[in-house]
Amino acid sequence: MTLALSGEEIAKQIEKKFPKSIVKSSPEGLVVDREFLLEVASYLKTARGLDFDYLTAITAVDYLDYFEVVYQLTSIKHNHSLVVKARCYGRENPSLPSVVSLWRGADFQEREIYDLFGINFEGHPNLKRIVLWAGFEGHPLRKDYLRW
Amino acid sequence: MVIKTEPFVVNFGPAHPSTHGVFRMRMTLDGEVIVDMEPVFGYLHRGIEKLAEERTYTGCIPLTDRLDYTASMTNNFAYVLAVERLAGITVPERAEYIRVIMAELQRIASHLIAVGTFLNDCGAFMTPVLYMLREREKILDLFDMVSGQRLTYNYMRVGGVSQDIPEEFIPALKKFVKEMPGWIDEYDRLLKENEILLARTKGVGILPKELAINISASGPVLRASGVKRDIRRADPYSIYDRFEFDIPTGTAGDCYDRYRVRIEEMRQSVRILKQAMEQLPKGKVRSDVPHLTHPPVGEAYGHIEAPRGELGFYLVSDNSIAPYRFHVRAPTLINLTALRDMMVGWKVADAIIIFGSIDICVAEVDR
Amino acid sequence: MAVLPADWPGGFWVHWGVFVVIIFVFVLAMVMGFIWFERRALGIMQARLGPNRAGPFGLLQPVADVIKLLTKEDIVPAKGDKWVHWLAPVVAVAPMLMIFAVVPFQGGASMADLNIGILYIVAVSSISVLGVFMAGWASNNKYSLLGAMRMVASVVSYEIPVVLSIIGVVLLAGSLSMQQIVMAQDIPFILLQPLGFLLFFIGACAEINRAPFDLLEADSEIVAGFNTEYSGMKWGLLFLAEYGEALAISAIVTTLFLSGWRGPVLPPWLWFLIKVGAVFFVIVWIRATVPRVRIDQLMALAWKFLFPLALLNLLITAVEILVFPAVSLWVLVPINIAIMIVLVILWSRLFKLGWGRVEV
Repeated sequence: MTLALSGEEIAKQIEKKFPKSIVKSSPEGLVVDREFLLEVASYLKTARGLDFDYLTAITAVDYLDYFEVVYQLTSIKHNHSLVVKARCYGRENPSLPSVVSLWRGADFQEREIYDLFGINFEGHPNLKRIVLWAGFEGHPLRKDYLRW
Repeated sequence: MVIKTEPFVVNFGPAHPSTHGVFRMRMTLDGEVIVDMEPVFGYLHRGIEKLAEERTYTGCIPLTDRLDYTASMTNNFAYVLAVERLAGITVPERAEYIRVIMAELQRIASHLIAVGTFLNDCGAFMTPVLYMLREREKILDLFDMVSGQRLTYNYMRVGGVSQDIPEEFIPALKKFVKEMPGWIDEYDRLLKENEILLARTKGVGILPKELAINISASGPVLRASGVKRDIRRADPYSIYDRFEFDIPTGTAGDCYDRYRVRIEEMRQSVRILKQAMEQLPKGKVRSDVPHLTHPPVGEAYGHIEAPRGELGFYLVSDNSIAPYRFHVRAPTLINLTALRDMMVGWKVADAIIIFGSIDICVAEVDR
Repeated sequence: MAVLPADWPGGFWVHWGVFVVIIFVFVLAMVMGFIWFERRALGIMQARLGPNRAGPFGLLQPVADVIKLLTKEDIVPAKGDKWVHWLAPVVAVAPMLMIFAVVPFQGGASMADLNIGILYIVAVSSISVLGVFMAGWASNNKYSLLGAMRMVASVVSYEIPVVLSIIGVVLLAGSLSMQQIVMAQDIPFILLQPLGFLLFFIGACAEINRAPFDLLEADSEIVAGFNTEYSGMKWGLLFLAEYGEALAISAIVTTLFLSGWRGPVLPPWLWFLIKVGAVFFVIVWIRATVPRVRIDQLMALAWKFLFPLALLNLLITAVEILVFPAVSLWVLVPINIAIMIVLVILWSRLFKLGWGRVEV
């Protein structure tokens, strides 16, 4: 059975290493400050006992004040999982660092989030639209995208 | 004097006989060798995730049918599992067993298409496809009995299944389960040791183990590369912990291993079907929940082992009758991340085979 | 050399006219029959029926196909080379018809019993490659060009084992003339030259681009290769060329290896037709069963497998003729079959089929 690790416990572990990096934590998952996202992700991937080498999914949700990008991480070796989130504010040009350098599976998924939400991922090698055509204007999955 | 040669760009365009759906590959060729490749898709994007935000939770079930239309039952299964996790609903025993039977039958049907079209791409001119489609017709007859549909079933509901199985279903299923291993052996015998097939698929399009984990591959693609991860064992959902089955894995991660893994998985599915049929209890097929599901505020991620990989649904609820966010973790989209790495250096003829062995369904890639 | 048998009424031109008509009728009728036969046989092998609507058992299906092709619009690619595009099917079909001038339908009944019969066939059949290459070039389409290139490479490579295995037969018969070869087959040469038969059959299947070597018109890769841009009767002519070559190969195999029109009870031309049909059935059977090879595997098969074996076959045949001139030929049959089995098994262990990934 894949053990869903408690967000609070991992948050305490991360706080010791990277102070002030956790915004919020709960048993279901933890929210990381966007400045520390790459370092925390790298720590989660390489730390012994955690070993999150498999990125199950990345999604984004539009809560009107902020965008929240959700990372579902899994460890194949220990068979446990964790939910990490990061928030970015502002509707004009929200951006987050890209985790493609750690998990290549993020490649197409981040392009899709850019396409449908407009979130810019810094450091992504090929950030262009993937499911919509190149000249499309707007980002459809935003809550304020009016179709007609 | 050296003749100057330069690579040229060919488009394996959206309309092509053997890209499984509308999928475009821009290849840069040097003679017959592929030097560079870029996949372009999005030709079948219908905005399912946005459409789902305006439909009720039950009304989204037909949308999930159209995601990977060759494996509708498992799509339904993953979605209702996620909603039940979100709303905290339990499912009666009989419904669980019926769901498992449908999911395993669907796995066999989907793998028949996958293996048949893969062999067709290798050039065996339709003979394997037609034999396998003959078996798939029997499965489609079973599904027709249950839901009245042959392709997009819309059968599972939040809290169970939509209706009970008719009386003629179990005898027909018994007959199918008795004959199917013989048919699988026949396909195996025809082509397993064929020299030409071995020469064309062994060692072709290798996906190494570390790369497979790094790109979040799942399903037969991951297992053929040597990683023994199957959601039915690693994170058992529904009642899969009551059944005995093996998880076939490959060693080399080439096209031949992916083909073998799928054939072996069909055998294991027949095994699960036999056990599920014997243990099928009586009872209700749907728990007493209101038709309009009204889950509390929260989020849930529910995933299953679909024939093509790990299909997951991420749902966010804001206590209304429609999902606030409906996201599909499409296994085939993520499996395609390594396509360029697998193809560069091989020839045009291999490109089609490598692409066919990943077994995509463009409706799921684009959603 | 007797071009015209002594008991022919009329003269040279009457004989020529009658045979031109016979050959045209034979080729067209047999090709239509082959099309129908292949589709039905393939269908039944694939657990479905073939065409069964047009006429009883679908026998009028090829007629329906021809009518459809004649009434289709003729599309020429705008940027392609118009004259080459028009000329290519002609160049592909004409040599195929010329082959039948030396095939003996019955004892004494062939259009011209040249005493260099088989050499003429080898020479003429290589011309139709030009037609295919012209078709691929004139279409202004990268897929067609790929297909045409593959064709040229493969046909040039497979000429050599085919010709070498023919020489084995010629050594045994003592003459290049097709009639003489049939008359010399008291034992059918398939038993005396099993290795030669195998090599010729594989090489010939590769020359006519039938499965498993049909990578020129591989549906799943290059969308019909060189005939992508052809429609209407030009496509019909290219199709006729392909099936006509299959018919020609069946006829040549029958003459060279299966003792032509000779047989006990039935009239000779009926034996000829039966044997040609049997060879074609084997070709269709192979198409329904095996997958397709890749281009570099195709070339490796020709140069590394068939060519050395053809040389060995020639050497062994020559040695046998020199060493055992007086012994009855039936003794050689089991020896040759044993040699073939040993050589084929040994060689297939030794060589590797094509190279793998190229570093870019």
